[in-house]
Amino acid sequence: MGLSRRDFLKTSVAGATAATVGMPLSEQAEAAVKAGEAGWQWDKGVCRFCGTGCGIMIATKAGRIVATKGDPDAPVNKGLNCVKGYFNGKINYGKDRLTQPLLRMTDGKFDKKGKFVPVSWEQALDVMEEKMRWAMKEKGPHGLSIFGSGQYTIHEGYTAAKLMKAGFRSNNLDPNARHCMASAVVGFMQTFGIDEPQGNYDDIEHTDTAVLWGANMAEMHPILWSRITDRRLTHAKMKVVNLSVYGNMSSDIADLEIIFSPSGDLAIQNYIAREIVKRDAIDHDYVKKYTQFATGPYDIGYGFRPKNADKFHTAAEMEIVKNEQSHVIDKWEAIGQRKKEGDVVEQKNAATPMKDWAISFEDFKTAVEPYTLDFTAAVAKGDPDEPMDAFKAKLQQLADLYCEKGRKIVSYWTMGFNQHQRGSWVNEQAYMNHLLTGRQCKPGDGAFSLTGQPSACGTAREVGTFAHRLPADMVVMNPKHRAIAEKIWKLPAGTINPQMGSHFVKIMRDLEDGQILFSWTQVNNPWQNTANVNHWIKAAREMNNFIVVADAYPGVSCKVADLILPAAMINEKWGAYGNAERRTQVWRQQILPPGQARADIWMMLELSKRFKLKDVWGAQKIPGLDGGLPDVLPAAQAMGYTPESTLYDVLFATAENKKHKWPDPIAKGHGNHVADLLKDGWFPEKALFEEYRQFGSGHGHDLAPFDIYHHDKVRGLRWPVIEKDGKWVETLWRNNEKYDSYVAKGSGFDFYGNNGAALVMGDLDKPGDPAKKVDISHKAKIYFRPYASPVEKPDANYDLWLCTGRVLEHWHSGTMTRRVPELHRAVPNAVCWISQKDADAKGLKRNDLVWVESRRGKVKVRLETGGRNRMPRGMVYVPWFDEGVLINKVTLDATCPLSKETDYKKCAVKVYKA
Amino acid sequence: MSESPSFNKADALASTEKLHGRAFGARLWSWRYIVLRRIGQFGILLLFFGTAHWGWQVAKDVPLLTGNLSASKFIGLVPLTDPFAALQIFLTGHVLERESLIGVAIVMGIYLLIGGRMFCAWVCPVNAVTDAAGWLRDKLGVQAIFHLPRMLRYFILVATLAITVLSGLAAFEWVSPIGMTHREIIFGLGMGFTALLAIFLFDLLILKNGWCGHLCPLGAFYSLIGKTALLRVRFDKNSCTHCGECAKVCPEPQVLNLKKLDERGYVFSGECSNCGRCTPICPEGSLQFDFKPLIRSHNTQARVQADAIAVQRRTR
Amino acid sequence: MAETGLGGLNPTRRDFLVKLAQGAALAGTGGLLWDYILRNEARAAPYALRPPGALAEDDFNAACIKCGQCVNACPPLILKLQPAGGDLPIGMPFYEPRTGACVMCPDIPCMKACPTGALSPKLKNINDARMGLAVIDIENCLSYKGLRCEICHRECPLKGKAITLETHPRQTSKHAMFIPLVHSDACTGCGICEKACPTDIAAIRILPHKLVQGKIGEHYRLGWTFDTEVTQDFKPADALPATAVDAPVPKTAPGVDYLNEGGL
Repeated sequence: MGLSRRDFLKTSVAGATAATVGMPLSEQAEAAVKAGEAGWQWDKGVCRFCGTGCGIMIATKAGRIVATKGDPDAPVNKGLNCVKGYFNGKINYGKDRLTQPLLRMTDGKFDKKGKFVPVSWEQALDVMEEKMRWAMKEKGPHGLSIFGSGQYTIHEGYTAAKLMKAGFRSNNLDPNARHCMASAVVGFMQTFGIDEPQGNYDDIEHTDTAVLWGANMAEMHPILWSRITDRRLTHAKMKVVNLSVYGNMSSDIADLEIIFSPSGDLAIQNYIAREIVKRDAIDHDYVKKYTQFATGPYDIGYGFRPKNADKFHTAAEMEIVKNEQSHVIDKWEAIGQRKKEGDVVEQKNAATPMKDWAISFEDFKTAVEPYTLDFTAAVAKGDPDEPMDAFKAKLQQLADLYCEKGRKIVSYWTMGFNQHQRGSWVNEQAYMNHLLTGRQCKPGDGAFSLTGQPSACGTAREVGTFAHRLPADMVVMNPKHRAIAEKIWKLPAGTINPQMGSHFVKIMRDLEDGQILFSWTQVNNPWQNTANVNHWIKAAREMNNFIVVADAYPGVSCKVADLILPAAMINEKWGAYGNAERRTQVWRQQILPPGQARADIWMMLELSKRFKLKDVWGAQKIPGLDGGLPDVLPAAQAMGYTPESTLYDVLFATAENKKHKWPDPIAKGHGNHVADLLKDGWFPEKALFEEYRQFGSGHGHDLAPFDIYHHDKVRGLRWPVIEKDGKWVETLWRNNEKYDSYVAKGSGFDFYGNNGAALVMGDLDKPGDPAKKVDISHKAKIYFRPYASPVEKPDANYDLWLCTGRVLEHWHSGTMTRRVPELHRAVPNAVCWISQKDADAKGLKRNDLVWVESRRGKVKVRLETGGRNRMPRGMVYVPWFDEGVLINKVTLDATCPLSKETDYKKCAVKVYKA
Repeated sequence: MSESPSFNKADALASTEKLHGRAFGARLWSWRYIVLRRIGQFGILLLFFGTAHWGWQVAKDVPLLTGNLSASKFIGLVPLTDPFAALQIFLTGHVLERESLIGVAIVMGIYLLIGGRMFCAWVCPVNAVTDAAGWLRDKLGVQAIFHLPRMLRYFILVATLAITVLSGLAAFEWVSPIGMTHREIIFGLGMGFTALLAIFLFDLLILKNGWCGHLCPLGAFYSLIGKTALLRVRFDKNSCTHCGECAKVCPEPQVLNLKKLDERGYVFSGECSNCGRCTPICPEGSLQFDFKPLIRSHNTQARVQADAIAVQRRTR
Repeated sequence: MAETGLGGLNPTRRDFLVKLAQGAALAGTGGLLWDYILRNEARAAPYALRPPGALAEDDFNAACIKCGQCVNACPPLILKLQPAGGDLPIGMPFYEPRTGACVMCPDIPCMKACPTGALSPKLKNINDARMGLAVIDIENCLSYKGLRCEICHRECPLKGKAITLETHPRQTSKHAMFIPLVHSDACTGCGICEKACPTDIAAIRILPHKLVQGKIGEHYRLGWTFDTEVTQDFKPADALPATAVDAPVPKTAPGVDYLNEGGL
């Protein structure tokens, strides 16, 4: 970057001469800039960070990214970026970039207790292969696992899914999106039978109301927030409501700020439903034609270890974890769940939380009846210093908005809903109120789940890198789905493991109890991002297992690893992301990865060359699966494979895939280090994308061909992308006849995701006669979900709530953004936000170094009473980007029992001077 | 008469041995005050530096010695303030906080008792530089090129105070090489060493004892408040042979006007910095540190003793 | 007779007086030079940022004893003493926000450590400190370009008071602008904004108030201030003096000069 000395002299001489003849200075400066930009080559790309999915343009020169800019043609951001996006060009160039495989060794041999020593890729893959064989010998396919990511490229996620599910026949692949979007997924799947939002970002410019439920969009989706703000400034009717457990930046332009207590959102949603019913604000026609009322069991536990918990947890932890078996109903739950205070409820449905059945509208009315204003305000008021009447007035205003006929509303949420012990429920409650009032799938009307990660939608969800998923919303437990996947993947019937694999937290637990012996981390930082991490650090370091971490920078997970693989970053490989509005966006390789760093896809493909069908496709034992997995080798031979065929040949470099040749004119001269290293003339990213596309085509998940996305004029397309008259047309509002070609003509709205599904009719407490089923084809479900108290609440000893999350300046665990000196300087360390009153009461002051301690662990952090967050009394907030303040040592590993997504937003802590 | 020279010779031999003997211990003993002064000068600097950089403290959050020679705080409790700096600040019209006034009182108290110019020889870091320049000047035999009256420093002292009033700025504190040296060693390097270098060269090549003995207004100030000091160099005229060794090593030789000393029995000038160069060098032990209230009786004793010896000799 | 050329003084006496005059001249010249250097040094760079509670510049220059106890007491170690040869007045404490901003300790340890009162103990609340004033270079501020930066606002310890955000619709797209504005009535000048600013050269800087702050004339009050109700019991300053009627006629009166001079 910058001018060479010679250039500089030349421009200054020119400048000096020009100045004497009166050339204005600004023109000189412009000329200098032009001279400095000589030889820059621009290409389109995508921001590396959040789920917003801003388009960027990338300039390279001499193999280095020299600049980026917001892409003026990108509809999401129109040339703008937030301050993280501003630094896209710098994240690849941190000083401690990993460039060589590193293995723990003593005297030249792998040693779990050894020190990291640089090794060759050959050595690294040798030891990986050896350890995978050992893990499979000991535990079968279940002995393996991959921590995947919502920041995987689509190609990487697809490769990982196919390698694990079709190759190793293990479903132990789960992305960090489990921590992020899993509750939204359950909400979508249970309500609509198909994943991801029906609406899109254009809703912002159509709506009259944005209601934020646990989404601090001002910081976490900065560019979308500028669109909402613009709407607020330019559309007189526009109202913004911010519901949160503490005052944050999104309140700054809000008309209404509602600070509620943790889990109080469950009650508020039901209060709104009750008001909608009471005031008859129901869209009767919509409800009757397109919805079915439903409910499910309440006794579903809290996602803790179901068995042998006391073997792994301390006595202090068991005080909370014991609720997994039985739970004592508190006074709020007694009202909200129509039970008696003090009742002990065995959590009988902890293993079957997804169970649901149909109920009548009358039952629904009965269910929401207890959620009166008085009850709701009492249970949900989050700021102890706010007068009750003021809080009630706010709740009424909120209900007024939802009950106002003709008012368009979008409800937004991110982690506040998803990272929630009842996250799936609260997602479904959002749809409840939108469906009741006929406000779903219309421009400006809809409940919209905002994704956190850049490809949580595009990769984790659409590709299906979850432990239970196959591509295009299919699941491994469904024999029909397995058959479809086996057909597309050209596998013998019965290859795919029908048993759901271990979800993210369970992989950690399986490592802790020795069920999983091999773990491979890709594009995420599990030992920083998983709650109650003291357990998992110990499991990784002290159990006999093998931990592989592929990463670009050394983080906490690298520290606990046995083998570190240096990974290529964005723009060092071809890739594609899918953002929160179903927009699939792509980029080309712009620069080479440094040193020996390689794309994850290359690592997986190289590894797949080392395993043969005979190693994996014979009969396999699976714990809990009667008879295990069948021997499919004979069937494979009948299909033309041999036991000696490698997974690389059978799964990836297939004859079909090899038709996609590298080099390819679509590259326009850009390189592909993966193809170059494989040296067999195919274009893996394109071939795998085209193969993957087959899953969704014709099933409501249609994607355009690879080359279409790479077209100069295309700035991503929102799926389903349907070919019409030779043009690829995106879908703006799904399930809406006007916009969605999958909707039957004349139906208006069509929730086709539930086609063919049926529900047993029951009452509020239980399902009825299994024989009596109601068909819910074309319909969405309106769930009643009750209030449930958080499993750990502040008490005399641990007297504060702890909420965790992000800050605008840093991305996730900070491995990238903390390498950008400017961002690091701006926000060098995590702080603990606390209310001034709590600080005063504890004799603490701003900048004091304090311990934040829970039943599980403690961290040292500086106290902040001012700044961007306004904490109510009784609550503290600590962001998790800072590995020096490893707040997940403190957090509770309770999850939503349905989605298995951890609740990072509420646990009990104490704060005292360090 | 025959014994007397032999007596003297033996004594002289002994003292010569003390000075030039091969025994390191003996040499060290003759340098004892120089060693102690350097320990004082650098030790104090080290205490400041250690507190600033290594967080030396006597208890949690109680730093050992903060600040520098201008003002400091010992164990978080005892303030110490340079009275000359405080006087200048007072003359700018600023009313000092009580803490610095207490600090002034403590420092004044100390130097009123032990001699203001003890600061110059025992604390001031510039002294080490001027001593070095003086030593080298002697070694090289640099000849004087011109002279300045030693009174000049008092004029500079007056000028300092006048300019302070005139400019509203503590005139000496803004240019003081002493302050610069201490600040820059404790708080970070700058161009302060050039001032030290200038002093070194001035003392080495231009004027012997030029800075401390002729120019430094702080030294002049301490000369004035050191007049009442109790710690003094006692002069015993009876044993003095007027050999002049003391005046050769003394950086302020005018204070060793033996005739005047004899009247008082001790070095009475405030300009004496109690540096302790003369006491070990004196072959007769005629110069000794002593407490002012005891000097008269000690001198009397010495005279009585001397008289007794003389009587003895005579009677033999 | 040259010896008696000067008023007949004898040579010894004359010599003495000449020497005295020479001495005085030397002292005077030296003193004036010293005074000049001092004043220049003190005024060397008016952009030094002083620790919280520092007296007004002239008073601070006078009162600071240059002991560095404030530097010792600064927990984040951002205070420095200016060594000789630097840009700022020698020996006195300062901080450079870009590399080390004041973290605004609630107990103000630097001020407490000051023995002379140059850092005035009258400062009781760190939020009342006025070390400088943040100024935004609106040409190079990312937020003024429409980017979602506003780090200065979020990081400001007095966010919402010292720095606020003003939102404007953006002409060229459907994205609002979030414009940071600094308010001198609350800005302490701690410089956390300058330190945090992500541009290559900070687009928000701390400068001493006098370098950047203007002042509206005392004779005018802004129209939207509401403390200007009509006074109901108006008290005249003075009555018409008794001499007003039969005062002597002056020799000249205002305007006469102009009226009588020159033609039309």
